[in-house]
Amino acid sequence: MNDMRLPISLLPLELNEVSFVHRGQTLLDRISLRLEGHGKILIMGPNGAGKSLLMRLCHGLLKPTNGQVHWASNANGKPPRQAMVFQRPVLLRRSALANLTYALGINGTPWKQRKPMAWQALDHFGLTAIAHRPARVLSGGEQQRLALARAWLLKPEVLFLDEPTSALDPAAIKAVEDAVVDFHRQGTRIVMSSHDLNQAKRLADEVIFLYGGRLIEHSPAEDFFSQPQTARARAFINGELVW
Amino acid sequence: MPASDNAFHTALALVLSMDPALIDIVLLSLQVSFTAVLIACLLALPLGAALALWAFPGRGVIVVLFNALMGLPPVVAGLTVYLLLSRAGPLGEFGLLFTPSAMVVAQVVLVLPIITALTRQQIEELHHEYREQLTSLGMSKLRRIPTLLWDARFGLITVILAGFGRASAEVGAVMIVGGNIDGVTRVMTTAIVLETAKGDLPLALGLGIVLLTLVAVVNGAAYVVGETARRRLG
Amino acid sequence: MPLNKTKTAITILGLGLGMVLSLGSQAQDDERYITLASTTSTEQSGLFDAIIPKFRDNTGIDVHVVAVGTGQAFEIARRGDADSLLVHDTAGEEQFVADGYATERRDVMVNDFVIIGPSDDPAGIGEAETVDEAFSMIAEAEAPFASRGDDSGTNRAELRLWESAGVEPNGEWYRELGSGMGPTLNTAAGMDAYVMSDRATWVAFDNRQNLDILFEGDEALFNQYGSLLLSEERHPHLKHDLAQQWHEWLVSEDGQQAIADFELKGQQLFFPNAK
Repeated sequence: MNDMRLPISLLPLELNEVSFVHRGQTLLDRISLRLEGHGKILIMGPNGAGKSLLMRLCHGLLKPTNGQVHWASNANGKPPRQAMVFQRPVLLRRSALANLTYALGINGTPWKQRKPMAWQALDHFGLTAIAHRPARVLSGGEQQRLALARAWLLKPEVLFLDEPTSALDPAAIKAVEDAVVDFHRQGTRIVMSSHDLNQAKRLADEVIFLYGGRLIEHSPAEDFFSQPQTARARAFINGELVW
Repeated sequence: MPASDNAFHTALALVLSMDPALIDIVLLSLQVSFTAVLIACLLALPLGAALALWAFPGRGVIVVLFNALMGLPPVVAGLTVYLLLSRAGPLGEFGLLFTPSAMVVAQVVLVLPIITALTRQQIEELHHEYREQLTSLGMSKLRRIPTLLWDARFGLITVILAGFGRASAEVGAVMIVGGNIDGVTRVMTTAIVLETAKGDLPLALGLGIVLLTLVAVVNGAAYVVGETARRRLG
Repeated sequence: MPLNKTKTAITILGLGLGMVLSLGSQAQDDERYITLASTTSTEQSGLFDAIIPKFRDNTGIDVHVVAVGTGQAFEIARRGDADSLLVHDTAGEEQFVADGYATERRDVMVNDFVIIGPSDDPAGIGEAETVDEAFSMIAEAEAPFASRGDDSGTNRAELRLWESAGVEPNGEWYRELGSGMGPTLNTAAGMDAYVMSDRATWVAFDNRQNLDILFEGDEALFNQYGSLLLSEERHPHLKHDLAQQWHEWLVSEDGQQAIADFELKGQQLFFPNAK
């Protein structure tokens, strides 16, 4: 899978005063931020802070109630290719292999190339042994790896991961984190949410800290963890905010 | 009740005798109902899926309409199809009235709403689960239809069986449009009505037991296939 | 394994397709048949099973019988959905000719109606001399009477008999069922009611329970069957040639003999009387 990935432009995504209101409740409140550069971004905050929502808005699964989400074009003049890995992987009711060839079919990969490519991805994620097993009976860790393999095949320029490890055991968490690093090494921009401080410290280059639907801090990881600017962030880092 | 005592003997004797007339009736029943369900599926599965996926003004009305049509009395369906296929009706020139084809048409009318309404419900549930992933993959609604139908296949087997049950059990519609012609359009249910009219209740009930057994066998086969696959695929 | 699956799928598809196709070919199997709208009494007695094979052997024409009430049979013929008509409502048949739906009506055969009731005969109609008297006695006793109430030939004949007996049949005791002859007999058996039936259906009927023939033989109970040759002008698409052969065969010597030969449980039920 050592294909060439286009370097993404410096300013792929800009959010301008984005709000999201559901049934009269403001779940995200006037968020403005720019995601740029190449580092891995972690969206942090306690439960209900709006992390998942923010990612869904960025990925285009939801439309903001107010404000704009603007993607800069990539070199081809299109918004960058994106993929998303969910907290609970959504896999189709077919074999692991078929889940991958299916995704390749959607993005227009010629029929003959699909299986070899899918096998490569399975191999890459250590899943060849379960290629013919139905995806839905795999363990949680295997399912999440399969979801990552699927994302891998789509060669995204930006990969969103919504708490991808929150339901996994330590070994599976390690595998997912390795995969994230792997994606990043291949040039994929990572945007991942987590409420796990240690995980964030391991992975983050950049941190977006949300609380109560508001953007509290957006800073390089080193700064965020060593000298948080706000009392809330400090409390979060010290484990004083219930998540 | 003596009729029911004799009925089981009669049913057994009927089956054991392999009476060619009975076999013809059984085969025609299965043929008409299978064909009707097949045609209804070709229309209703995509239609039900489309209703689950698209939001448009008046969608609610259509959903309610299909739900209501699930309870369409067979005689009404039969009468409607009769008026359509009658020589004096708009489709009269095809000369389909009192043929098995007319019975298929009537059963399609009965089965279509059931399969459409239940498919919509199943696909809606499945799509609720799949929506974000499929959107993330950039799939258009049209392309989601085959994916969702295939992934809902085990639930849809039950839906199709419900349709088959309705088709094979109804008598009002096929009686009117088929005419219960001996050797041509006589099926299990119309034969039962005829034997009841003749007062041969044991034979009527015997035929009923044969019909019930057939439907049970079809359902059992589908259940075994479905359950095995479901267990395997999770 | 995947090959097996594919094979199974193809087999199932093939079977399904085969069924659909065979259904299509069945419909146009052989155009040498006519559709005959007739009454339940003739069908349920087994008369057609006995005489149609003889006609078919003679002419190579098959007859598809749609057995319904006389009212519905007229309607089917009026709409052009049957090639031929054999019913038992002489007045209605003559009107049908007068209205231009049929060009000719011929007497074919008779059977008769019988008055049936619970064997203990609470209204005592076994003693009656005429059917008028029997009907009056039933009304007098307000004994339950099951009427078909379906505008069939039998129903029309029954209503004429009430009229001739000078009785307006209504009240708790008079039950209009809106059913065919067989279901009406089933109901009458269930509620020990009097009922008028054609003899053919009665003889073929098995679920008699407590019922018996209590009155028979009055000429007013004479039940004439007629064959109608439908109008070619009105419905040019019908198989008039074949229908005419049937119509003529019924009143021919062969046809009349076939009707006379038909017996059920050792009884002759229909008496040919073509003129």
